Amino acid sequence: MENSHTDEPKNQKKLPRWVIIAAFAVLLGFLTLMGWGLRNAQQGPVQVGQKVPAFELTTFDGEKIKTDDLIGKVIVVNFWASWCKPCEQEAAELEDAWRYYKDSGEVVFLGVDYVDTETEAMRYLEKFEITYPNGPDLRTAISQIFRISGVPETYIIDKNGKLASRKIGPFVTIGEITSMIDSALNQ
Amino acid sequence: MNYKNKAFSRYKIRLIFFVLIFLLLMISFNNVIAQNDFPTDDQVNAIAKELYCPVCENIPLDVCPTQACAQWRALIKEKMTAGWTKDEIKQYFVEQYGDRVLAQPPARGLNWLVYIMPPVVFVGGIVVVYLNLKKIKKSSEKVIQDSNINNDKYLKEIEEALNVLNKKEDLS
Repeated sequence: MENSHTDEPKNQKKLPRWVIIAAFAVLLGFLTLMGWGLRNAQQGPVQVGQKVPAFELTTFDGEKIKTDDLIGKVIVVNFWASWCKPCEQEAAELEDAWRYYKDSGEVVFLGVDYVDTETEAMRYLEKFEITYPNGPDLRTAISQIFRISGVPETYIIDKNGKLASRKIGPFVTIGEITSMIDSALNQ
Repeated sequence: MNYKNKAFSRYKIRLIFFVLIFLLLMISFNNVIAQNDFPTDDQVNAIAKELYCPVCENIPLDVCPTQACAQWRALIKEKMTAGWTKDEIKQYFVEQYGDRVLAQPPARGLNWLVYIMPPVVFVGGIVVVYLNLKKIKKSSEKVIQDSNINNDKYLKEIEEALNVLNKKEDLS
């Protein structure tokens, strides 16, 4: 009986070293992926003062607008959707603000239609008589850049391409919009 | 009599002619109704089932109750009426809203992990269980071999002692 106990450790086969290393590598890979995903999820929206990565908006008319070409101007990026009721609250004010700055040539408004149907989006634009460039957020690429958490959200980019201010939720008055734009213009 | 027969056969021909016209009209009328019914809600939902609401958390489009989802179902219907196939509609949704709308993520990039890992982990698990069972079987066989009862001197001594005791009891 004693012999059997003393022999047992000798008979135990150990896993090859490469198997152990591979298992740890896979585990480490998974942990890295999870950590990366968690970091991205908890990162929140783009912070004020941060450089906003360049993006391209294809409008409903087919025009392509590159933010790279707009350096030196203040860009107002508004995320909206036709199914979003709070977006309707600020639609008229945004259009009024656009008309106010339009002739100065210093401010560009871009409407980004977040996960919407084109038919409903066009109806929305018509209803609120919106004239500034608007286009769909194809593959949600633009909203991912800004890491938006919902609609409406508005981001104001200064002349140097850095985020000057942001508004989560709808604007209540036109004064709120103009004060944010003016402050970006004066920077 | 002859005149009556002729009139009757003329009447028969006319009747057959009108019946045929009526049947032809009925067929074309049915076709019109069928065209109006296309696509049915079931046909729309069959595609919507394979797509997820882009703004909700894990809700398939066919059962999603929001206004936005109703719009997307209407969009599917619109595209089907325009003659788009299921794959074309799914591709359109991917181009508009990204891969996340697909119930089954496309097998590319990191998505491969979703397809590869479950079978790999399953097969790996089976191998580990098999190896452990084999090890247990081997060690138990070894224990039986090593503890051969006939060769165990202690057991022999106990048996001899028991035999002696039994004999003593029998004698008394």
